[in-house]
Amino acid sequence: MADSPLTIEHEEGLRHQFADMEQQRNAASLGMWIFLGTEIMFFGGMFLAYLIYRYWYYNEFAAGSRSIDIYLGAINTGVLICSSLTVALGVRAAQLGKRKLLVTLLLLTLLFGLAFLAIKGIEWYDKFEEHHVPGNSFSAQDIIEKYPQLHIDPRPTQIYFSLYFAMTGLHALHMIVGVLIFSFVTYYAWKGRYTPEYHTPVEISGLYWHFVDIVWIYLFPLLYLIDRKPLK
Amino acid sequence: MSEHIVSSKIYVGIWAALMCLTVITATVAFVDLGPMNTVVALVIATLKALLVVLFFMHVKYASEKLTKMVIISAVFWLLILLFLSLADYTTRAAGHA
Repeated sequence: MADSPLTIEHEEGLRHQFADMEQQRNAASLGMWIFLGTEIMFFGGMFLAYLIYRYWYYNEFAAGSRSIDIYLGAINTGVLICSSLTVALGVRAAQLGKRKLLVTLLLLTLLFGLAFLAIKGIEWYDKFEEHHVPGNSFSAQDIIEKYPQLHIDPRPTQIYFSLYFAMTGLHALHMIVGVLIFSFVTYYAWKGRYTPEYHTPVEISGLYWHFVDIVWIYLFPLLYLIDRKPLK
Repeated sequence: MSEHIVSSKIYVGIWAALMCLTVITATVAFVDLGPMNTVVALVIATLKALLVVLFFMHVKYASEKLTKMVIISAVFWLLILLFLSLADYTTRAAGHA
């Protein structure tokens, strides 16, 4: 009789379809990268829409970009970069089997993630106050008066703000999902589930977190830095 | 074969580089470089993305070539989407049709 699965001895945490732990880890990260590939295409459609409309309505995009808060945007970029550092160090702590350090770094990551969302919330709140949200109450009057040199048309200005809300909104949604995933990872890390041999969930959710960071790395210059030079 | 463990010094160094590049890109945006403003902003963003992918996401140390192939294919596919579509839209006659 062949060995029943129950009697086969393998390393702690190794699923029996894999030859060894390294193959298991590689398979997990390959799967995650394929998922991230679909995410690239998902965001790619939005980036394409952005590029086409920016090409058509450059002045409106320039004026819209001037109206959003570059300082909040830059601070948020910094917050996300810090969170990526804590994730990277967290994966390292998991590899070394340092449970307390791992939990601390994961909690810091959650804190940075929530700080990012809070700052984004403040930014959106300002946009609602300024009537820059596309729709019936949209008004670009303040922007037109502030930048008369750009000769902007209010209607395509709404396209800039539509893309601003859609792209930062989709990104924020990914951040919320990331915070939820990391809440689970933190809980299991605290319970001591991850060891130097098995910490795939930390590594895999880390890949997701870094990917969301990269999306922001592109959103920051594309939405906030279109045209900041002094107007003639 | 065990996993490659990156030293925390490298991680902190990459973090410092990413922070510096963020300050640089935000500062340069206020200097009038003509059409080069966009180019500089995108080059810096791509540099930052590369640092994150290679070091934070461990691609530099990945033993699996298949993973690298998936990443390159995904980016290549994105470039097809962006470049071929823009090749159309930016070469149409006036009127946006």
